[in-house]
Amino acid sequence: MTSLPAGVERREFDGRESLATRGEPVSGEPTDGDWRRWDPRRSKLGAMLERGMETGLAGDETVLYLGAAAGTTVSHVADFAGPTYAVEFAARPARDLLAVCGPRPNLFPLLKDARKPETYAHVVEPVDVVIQDVATRGQARVALANRRFLREDGRLLLAVKARSEDVARDPDEVFDEVLEALEEGFEVLETRSLEPYHDDHLGVVARPR
Amino acid sequence: MTDGTDDGGAGWFADVDPGDVDAAAAAIVDGQADDPADWPRLAVEAGFADSVDEYYDLLHDATVAASRREVREREGAADQQLVHAVRAMDDCERVANELAERVAEWAGSTIEDAGVGVTYARQLAEELDAGADTDVDADEGVDTDEGADADADEAADTRDPVVSLARRVRDLDDEAAALRAHVERTAPEVAPNLSALAGPVLAARLIGLAGGLAQLARKPSGTVQVLGAEEALFAHLRGRAPSPKHGVIYTHEAVRGTHPDQRGSAARALAGKLAIAARVDHYSGELKPELEADLQDRIERIQARDAE
Repeated sequence: MTSLPAGVERREFDGRESLATRGEPVSGEPTDGDWRRWDPRRSKLGAMLERGMETGLAGDETVLYLGAAAGTTVSHVADFAGPTYAVEFAARPARDLLAVCGPRPNLFPLLKDARKPETYAHVVEPVDVVIQDVATRGQARVALANRRFLREDGRLLLAVKARSEDVARDPDEVFDEVLEALEEGFEVLETRSLEPYHDDHLGVVARPR
Repeated sequence: MTDGTDDGGAGWFADVDPGDVDAAAAAIVDGQADDPADWPRLAVEAGFADSVDEYYDLLHDATVAASRREVREREGAADQQLVHAVRAMDDCERVANELAERVAEWAGSTIEDAGVGVTYARQLAEELDAGADTDVDADEGVDTDEGADADADEAADTRDPVVSLARRVRDLDDEAAALRAHVERTAPEVAPNLSALAGPVLAARLIGLAGGLAQLARKPSGTVQVLGAEEALFAHLRGRAPSPKHGVIYTHEAVRGTHPDQRGSAARALAGKLAIAARVDHYSGELKPELEADLQDRIERIQARDAE
């Protein structure tokens, strides 16, 4: 079993062991004292940890999170990490994201397009980790465009959604193509399927080269 | 790494007074830089904040204010309001129909000549009103309309739960009608050409399916043709089904009124014109009546084919 970042623990909820972080609940998830359940089925990063990927997360990192959506995952990240910048472009989920940011002073919402990093580089500092979960075509391009935020020894934690690239094609082909495109700026350290938590998703750990 | 003072751009806090959240939010929204920099340290050095911790507090307030403002602006946009209205209308109609079925089922168990549907529920509700009003007036002499209504409600609850349920159906049906009127009034303001071609309700549905008028304007006509038929489309793309001929535009007379053999052509022609209408609405907003005439021409020619 690989080590979990400080601030993330396995705890029991309703008799079943699950990942958990300490923080204000966001959507009625089960709690145990200060701890609240981190459901890997609702979180790609949760699934990556659950699948035992070597994320390099230790806790207290500075994080840039791309594709924060309603903030389910990023709320857990902010629970164990340091300053966390949450980028989301769609207005509707951002409404929920704002509710998550309220009680978390280290979580900074940015209503920006992850394909245009120059629109938030005036706010985001260099970070230890970029976490990316964007459901658009060109996921490798998004990662490459945001490489500028990553410190030299930083990590990219990427969840590739095959169906966002092309619904019709074989997911493995799509993954190969995305990984090849990533090579331009990253060294891929580990990849793993996120099943059974998320169909047709590949978890990727990479570092900038 | 840049130091925040070169041409790469300055930090968001550069020209902002630390106490001015509005200006800070505006700087977050509108600012740009090529590359990130150690903004917390630079902000402290520039005297914007006394410490890194204080900087993060200010940053939190500024980013939350900026995002809140932008969410409100984008969600409050007229096209999004229209989408909410048409969805609420669909919800009211669906629930009214569902409850009307329940009313008919229930009423049928005790009343011999019980009818069906929302019409029957309305009829049942009206009957109650006629009875309840006289009762209330006679017993208590309530003089305000609201009071009479509330008392009638109460009377309904104690008298007959089926009739009370029928009243809810009637109210929901009224609400749906009011929402439809609202959509019919506002859709032509948001998208005049699209509303003229598709009708206000279908126009609102298309905008909703695309996620907004801007998004709809960017879609190719082939996508507009199958909006609302995503399930069939994905089944087709995976090789399990024929390609869908139409999505929600099926409700349009040009498609529904065409012989099934020619519906694919009609749907394609209609989608082409709707896509153009959406673009005109988004980029210029001017009403172009010739679009409607063009569409009529095309559809008439297509419909003439099956007459041969």
